[in-house]
Amino acid sequence: MSLDIDPNTPLLWALRDHMSLKGTKYGCGIAQCGACTVWVNGEATRSCVLPISAVANADITTIEGLSDHGDHPVQVAWDELDVPQCGYCQAGQIMTAASFLKKKPNPSKTEIVDGMSGNICRCGTYHRIQEAVKLASEIASKKKTKSTVKKSA
Amino acid sequence: MKSTRRSFIQKTALFSGAFCLGFDWFQANGKEVSMVQTTMESGRFNAFLAIDPSGKIILYSPNPEIGQGIKTAFPVVVAEELDVDWKDVEVRQANLDTQNFERQLTGGSGALKHSWERLRKAGATARKMFIQAASQTWNVDASTCKTSKGFVLGPKGQKASYGSLVAIASKLPVPTEVTYKNRKDYQIIGKRTKGVDNKNVVTGKPVFGLDIEKPGMVIAQIIRPPFGATLKSFDAADALKMPGIVDVVSFKNKVAIVGKSTWEVMKARATVSCKYDSGDFDSDSTHQKWFDEGMKTDKATVQRKDGDFAAALARSAKVVEATYECPFISHSPMEPMNFFADVRADGTVLLAGPTQVPQSAQKAVASLLKIDEKKVEVELSKMGGGFGRRLNNDFALDAAELSSIIKKPVKVMWTREDDMGGGIYRPAARYHFKAGLDASGNMIAFYLRGVGINAGNATRQDNFPVGAIENVLVESVNQVSAVTTGPWRAPITNFLGYAEQAFLDEVAEAGGKDPVQMRLDWLARAKSNPVGKITYEPDRFIEVIKQAAEKSNWKKKPGVHQGFSVYFSHLSYVAQVADAQIVDGKAKITHVTAVTDCGEVVNLSGAENQIKGAIIDGMGHALYAKLRFNDGVASPTNFNGYRLIKGNEIPTINAYFVDNGIEPTGLGEPALPPTGGSIANALYAATKKRLYKQPFEV
Repeated sequence: MSLDIDPNTPLLWALRDHMSLKGTKYGCGIAQCGACTVWVNGEATRSCVLPISAVANADITTIEGLSDHGDHPVQVAWDELDVPQCGYCQAGQIMTAASFLKKKPNPSKTEIVDGMSGNICRCGTYHRIQEAVKLASEIASKKKTKSTVKKSA
Repeated sequence: MKSTRRSFIQKTALFSGAFCLGFDWFQANGKEVSMVQTTMESGRFNAFLAIDPSGKIILYSPNPEIGQGIKTAFPVVVAEELDVDWKDVEVRQANLDTQNFERQLTGGSGALKHSWERLRKAGATARKMFIQAASQTWNVDASTCKTSKGFVLGPKGQKASYGSLVAIASKLPVPTEVTYKNRKDYQIIGKRTKGVDNKNVVTGKPVFGLDIEKPGMVIAQIIRPPFGATLKSFDAADALKMPGIVDVVSFKNKVAIVGKSTWEVMKARATVSCKYDSGDFDSDSTHQKWFDEGMKTDKATVQRKDGDFAAALARSAKVVEATYECPFISHSPMEPMNFFADVRADGTVLLAGPTQVPQSAQKAVASLLKIDEKKVEVELSKMGGGFGRRLNNDFALDAAELSSIIKKPVKVMWTREDDMGGGIYRPAARYHFKAGLDASGNMIAFYLRGVGINAGNATRQDNFPVGAIENVLVESVNQVSAVTTGPWRAPITNFLGYAEQAFLDEVAEAGGKDPVQMRLDWLARAKSNPVGKITYEPDRFIEVIKQAAEKSNWKKKPGVHQGFSVYFSHLSYVAQVADAQIVDGKAKITHVTAVTDCGEVVNLSGAENQIKGAIIDGMGHALYAKLRFNDGVASPTNFNGYRLIKGNEIPTINAYFVDNGIEPTGLGEPALPPTGGSIANALYAATKKRLYKQPFEV
């Protein structure tokens, strides 16, 4: 993918305006709210302050690319527990959660609260966000067990 | 009431061969659902339900979805009475249709209250028609047939899907009399139903206003003047030379930078300088002076008077007096304001974007451009929050005016700084209370003066405990400012509720009463022998209070300091007990128990979301939020200075609902007003320090 635009353009606006990937949201523009969270080389990153010149040759994953069929354990858990109210911050929450779970597949309650507290939700869906991260970790570990069983069988 | 415009559509452009029952969700008079002609023209629909021969059910939901869950709750009620499986229902957002809808808006927590009966009737009517169709086919009496999950069941084991009955049912006359399900048979209402937009949200589909893209569209940002200031001149010479910039124009004291992409507009904007006139524009000190003057003036408006307050105060054994204050705050929805407008050469206008009041946008834009309202089409998008901010259509007017000037379709987007600095705030207010207690500690005199800045009447003069107190005087003063204000989730009561409930805690303490028992005693009085008119039902108040005391183990938790609060707003009752504990030497709210009477709970999942969300919202803003003013300019203007509550700062919350089967009332707002009071009272119990000003932690 190559773009002929100002190299200082923040990744957020490159995604939204030039690649028509609108799932990543603008919330504050100063890396405070987390609505713009994407993965850069697998790491959750605030795209609103990250110039595209800094991500040349990097591997970028947005909410649209998190799973092929909207069935990443975090997406499934978010729907199952009916997390969204207005929904605007949730792409950033989900990208943060999915990245967090890669590092901590079986997190404690405290680890979840700390891991998710950088993202603002104005509707106050925090309880369900925290519950959904837990559920997602359980879904993921069940999937893993299943695939292990399959392999050994 | 008989409906004269009853009609029934068999075939439409979109749903050939489908059963399409048009009905008016928003009929103004009475509770009859009239069956209206569905016009089904390009993209403009009535609310209706359609069932195709495969059994798929499509419902158009007209109300703007802002996170309150109405797009899910409305169809739940229809599907329940229609008696279908929820998984067979597909919900679509309807656009603005002023010919056939009324009250197509989001505000006042009034949608379900308004539409409950209509929604039930729509579902029940269709269900009856399928029963009639089946009974004719089977040649049995309709009364011997039943329905279950989209099937009609006959007396001898016959079974027919609604889909298979579409052709016959759609030729029947629409019945005028229907019966509703018994609530004990509900399959969907009261259960947990997931949001109909969840899948779109979790996969990042472009459903919000800011995601709108239209052919030929340009992007614009607007520089707005300080409050009260006039634009004298601006210099955009550098900006106009920058890549991607299409135009820089000025209208109504504003300067709009128009370009091809957001970043190019942002960069160019930073080079534009504006000069304003100088004047005595609002600062914090101005507001304090107005509060002081408002408290002293003898020209306050009397809002309510029962008995003789002054005489009763004079004979009181004890007087309690306190002043509470709340600042201007921003709505700060996560999606900043934005709107699309295309004012075309042929005289038609397309508006699209997030607004809580699409019809007002249509009217205001038609009036601005001096054209017929019928020429203005409005497409609704999902809203990334609003909290009242999107009740004001300034963003739609800006977009339309700019499009008419530049003669291009344009999406105006506000940066976070524009959104927080650009006005339409919650008004600021100061409240002064006085209570006169008799020798037994009973309140015999109650006084409230509310001084608001652009708040109109900053009191709610009929609110409890008014109605239970012999001598009452409520007065208001409104100070006019250039700082723009508007409704903020639970307008007025979101700050008045805190002040009142915190003051009543002082009254209880001064009178040596338990805050719960004191309120129950007053409500007994309001029930048996009310003073003047009362707007609340004492029994419903009493029930939430009793349940909250019981479920919170009121005053029976060692090491836990509790605060009580109860409020009636938007026709719902919410009692709260907040628990504070000392953690690392600091008082912290660790738990909130909330008991709500909003009548029938339509969607338990959505209802819990509204209660917990409103408590977190109320708590966060009471603890942290404040806008300051200096020479007409508000600050802070972003989340680095304006603190919103985060996930590691929330208490656990238990939300309970009174199970009484009364028709549903408001739920988006009512849990917010009692929150400031319950937490202020709990923090007082923990620290013995009263909190007279929001934000509590400055």
